[in-house]
Amino acid sequence: MSNATQTAVQAQPQQEFWRWKEYNWHDPHLDWQAATTISCGIDVGSVSTQAVVLADGRLYAFASRRTGNNSPGSAQKALDWALEETGLTLGKIHFTVGTGYGRVNIPFADKAITEIACHARGANFIYGPSVRTLLDMGGQDCKAIRCDERGKVQNFLMNDKCAAGTGRGMEVFADLLQVPIESVGEMSFQVEVEPPPVSSTCVVFGKSEALGLLRSGWSKEKVLASYCRAMAKRVVELLARIGVEPQFAITGGISKNIGIVRRIEDELGVEALEPQGDYDPQIAGALGAALFAKALVERQRRQGATA
Amino acid sequence: MITAGIDCGAYNTKVVLYRDGKVLARAGVRSGFDPPAAAERALEQALQQAKIGRQALTTVITTGAGRKSVPFADDNVTAVTADARAVHELAPEVKTILDIGAEEGRSIQCTEGGRVADFAMNEKCAAGAGTFVETMARTLEVPLEEMGPLSLQSEKATAMNAQCAVFAESEVVSLIHQGTQIKDICRAVHDAMADRCVAMARRSGIVPQVALIGGVGYNVGFVSSLQRELALEVLVPEHPEYVTALGAALLGADHLNS
Repeated sequence: MSNATQTAVQAQPQQEFWRWKEYNWHDPHLDWQAATTISCGIDVGSVSTQAVVLADGRLYAFASRRTGNNSPGSAQKALDWALEETGLTLGKIHFTVGTGYGRVNIPFADKAITEIACHARGANFIYGPSVRTLLDMGGQDCKAIRCDERGKVQNFLMNDKCAAGTGRGMEVFADLLQVPIESVGEMSFQVEVEPPPVSSTCVVFGKSEALGLLRSGWSKEKVLASYCRAMAKRVVELLARIGVEPQFAITGGISKNIGIVRRIEDELGVEALEPQGDYDPQIAGALGAALFAKALVERQRRQGATA
Repeated sequence: MITAGIDCGAYNTKVVLYRDGKVLARAGVRSGFDPPAAAERALEQALQQAKIGRQALTTVITTGAGRKSVPFADDNVTAVTADARAVHELAPEVKTILDIGAEEGRSIQCTEGGRVADFAMNEKCAAGAGTFVETMARTLEVPLEEMGPLSLQSEKATAMNAQCAVFAESEVVSLIHQGTQIKDICRAVHDAMADRCVAMARRSGIVPQVALIGGVGYNVGFVSSLQRELALEVLVPEHPEYVTALGAALLGADHLNS
């Protein structure tokens, strides 16, 4: 390496490998002004916040961003970003449902509903009514949910105590191995033979174990494969306790990590459903909340009409 | 007759040389990524301290997580057995031992004769081990040795909701942003860890006298939190980190004497 490139490398600010992409989207072909019901769902998670806006039950706009340390602020920012360049404003939204860990802290929400119910409802919409078992892998928790053909929750189990098996654990590993978090999945398959999973359950101990493996000559790819396998095994334990009935689907940020998804499928011997259309499985919670908001506003109108 | 006890811990490797009721030397080195080499180095240091040669050792007994990885050991014993043996020697009134190391925690209930009646372990989760305090010290930018003394200055309890060390790190950051005083956060960290350790100890039973051994025994803040959580006095022997190694050396001597 020449001196010039060396300096260039050193001059780069420290990269934050855990940092995943924030994004917003709206459907330019949909005219919200023609809609009778505009409903909104906000999912304030411990790590990320999503806002979803539906026009007559059709996905119109959404945004996903980091929650940060201010959940009321992040709810507002996510909604503002989703509505950017749409001409639509908060005042025109008929009903807003808040969900997620920060759901009681959203100033403009009309109602709060638990994320378990919202994820099941959202998954029913994204994956279709055949979904019976849902795994929601969030930033700081992981939930196994059983639901019926209407997306109604039958039973659920949750781990919100331990970072192993959550997005936060994966962020720690991306940073440790200096691999951008969005590349973890692909990289974890660049091994000739699948290595055994790391033996530590705890993310903190897993870090020391990974450093030891790197020192003993393992490649980053091999360590990632080993960690992804351990994480898959960990969440499959949760699923096994509640029982997996097909069809099976995964929501939440980790559902975008192919390294985890394929290994969960391998451990379960069941394939995960692909989303219908281009729906983003990370917005399932906010989408479910927006669907509840639609139902609630329609019920209010019916009651108003009969009163 | 001189016996050596080597405690191959996750973080430190400790050696105790013992002869006729007396400790001749104590030495500790980082275990690093090569536990047999660490055991070798720690033993050499202890021999130098005692000014004796390797041939003066009658037997070498290993214990701890890496006890089976030391090729020159004559035998190995579990840390639970070693703990019970050593604490009975040092303080026979002890009925409950908490051994909290860097990456493991153990609670042992002993019989009147110092035998193991029951025990419980945590080797899966950093929240009940020394690593927890170390991680939080790094987040707080407080040297590890100051965590305990700072914690003692705190006069109020601050709730920590997170159990997991990874989640607790974020919680500590938000406590800092909320303007919580560093000393109060230090106490919250020790209170949270004491809560985890006591939950483990309940599984094997808590009967006074309670003793705390392992490296975490040096942390006065944790000892105070543990006493508050248990509502009991806790005895911390001198050199708490070397108690397990002493137990291995004692068991070596017992074996040869029998």
